[in-house]
Amino acid sequence: MKWETVIGLEIHAQLATRSKIFSGSATAYGAEPNTQASLVDLGYPGVLPVLNAEVVRMAVRFGLATGCTIAPRSVFARKNYFYPDLPKGYQISQYELPVVHGGYLEIDLADGGRKRVGITRAHLEEDAGKSLHEDFHGMTGIDLNRAGTPLLEIVSEPDLRSPDEAVAYMRRIHQLVRWLGICDGNMQEGSFRCDANISIRRHGETRLGTRTELKNLNSFRFIERAIRHEVERQIELVEDGGTVVQETRLYDPERDVTRPMRSKEEANDYRYFPDPDLLPVVIEPATVEAIRASLPELPAARRERFVRDYGLPDYDAGVLTASRELAEYYEAAAGAVPPPAAKLVANWVMGELTAALNRDGLDIGSSRVDAPALAGLVARIHDDTISGKIAKEVFEAMWAGEGDADGIIEARGLKQITDAGALEAIVAEVIAAHPGQVAEYRDGKHKLMGFFVGQVMKRTQGKANPGQVNALIKAALE
Amino acid sequence: MSLTNDQVRGIARLARLRLTDEEVSEVSGKLASILEMVDQLQATDTREVVPMAHPLDAAQRLRPDEVTEADQRDDYQRNAPQTERGLYLVPRVVE
Repeated sequence: MKWETVIGLEIHAQLATRSKIFSGSATAYGAEPNTQASLVDLGYPGVLPVLNAEVVRMAVRFGLATGCTIAPRSVFARKNYFYPDLPKGYQISQYELPVVHGGYLEIDLADGGRKRVGITRAHLEEDAGKSLHEDFHGMTGIDLNRAGTPLLEIVSEPDLRSPDEAVAYMRRIHQLVRWLGICDGNMQEGSFRCDANISIRRHGETRLGTRTELKNLNSFRFIERAIRHEVERQIELVEDGGTVVQETRLYDPERDVTRPMRSKEEANDYRYFPDPDLLPVVIEPATVEAIRASLPELPAARRERFVRDYGLPDYDAGVLTASRELAEYYEAAAGAVPPPAAKLVANWVMGELTAALNRDGLDIGSSRVDAPALAGLVARIHDDTISGKIAKEVFEAMWAGEGDADGIIEARGLKQITDAGALEAIVAEVIAAHPGQVAEYRDGKHKLMGFFVGQVMKRTQGKANPGQVNALIKAALE
Repeated sequence: MSLTNDQVRGIARLARLRLTDEEVSEVSGKLASILEMVDQLQATDTREVVPMAHPLDAAQRLRPDEVTEADQRDDYQRNAPQTERGLYLVPRVVE
């Protein structure tokens, strides 16, 4: 492949505040149209924006978590354009002096390696309203509930080299903003969306090619497909002797193509200037330090610690730190079993528990089996009270609300038979009942061992320890 | 520095202003004199000067993250020429 793909992402994370960035209107999703739009959000003359303190705090949290410099002084600017869902005729954003800049985040690569992706900047801005084009007898309906909702726009360096890397980076940011509690990450509701800047160049070339911008990619699957298509389109275009035009394109998931969105003469000319309605935002070093002290252990650090403290493979540690809630759950369960069983807890969380959650459409916070309960079950596997197979039955009963592991094991009589005398008697019964197979076995048909073990398991309803049964049968037959 | 008539028309379009040809040449002259003043400013050495974002030497006050606005949609929509099912209606815009 002689072409190199160059991708930079602009991710819009809606900050999880109660009120808007510049007004005291609510930000709750799904309200009746225009019931959460005040005079400030509607762009009435004579009103003034007042900045929400929580929005600044959240931006600083993100900045600190990604190694960014926190600007001691940042400035809001007006981005001017006309659209009916932007009542003021400008969006309040940040331009020359964003709140944080110059950080990075590490992503995992398919080959097992890691890569550092630069974060150019993250700036605060307000969202626009929503335009509804259908069903208003030829007119457009405007809902301004979303106008003024706080956004953190996270701009990456053009460090990404494939659609897969772009998705990996977007997932990392998604994980981080949820981990920090600054964004709910809900992509269906538009709380987390992304624009991609894409260009191609010949391998070895150091200058960037002309880029196109893909707008509003709001699922991990779409972003991967959309970028793949756009890259293919650019390569075909250039190889046929054409040139890439700088433009904004929209991905159409129905037809799986990208198409131009704005015509060239409307090319972005936003005439930014500092918003005279807002003073510079000053963030004191003491404030930054207080926020730093309040940060949780970050996903990457926690993942490393899971490997170190619980002896987990890096893969498991990665899965278990996908969200803070999942990591908390794992750690609560793993801490309640003997240390050698920590990996067994990981298997259960990633296996049966995740399957049950997915089956019932639940998230970890509303799991029907809580961490102490799961630890109780794993402890019984670990101390050989029950086999892994029986444990699945116990887990289903726990999931159905029948109580804790010990209670279910007791009530259903599932305790493993480890009493050698009792097992020997059952083995003797099985041997006496199948003289034909015994003769065959003694003639050298040793694969009949499985048959005898199966018979013993049947008579014990699976409660015998398989290793022990094996040894006993062998001793009896030979 | 002066502006071509096309540049003036471009700026007018971004500002949603409709100018006649006479107005374009008139505005060109006025804008040119403003740009002359900007040229004078740019001749000044400002390497030691911190860019001013606001004439007041003060920092932005912050407000606590609290919902303080009640729903007054019905009142606000009395100012709108046309509404339907809670939405403001505007001439159709198609992307």
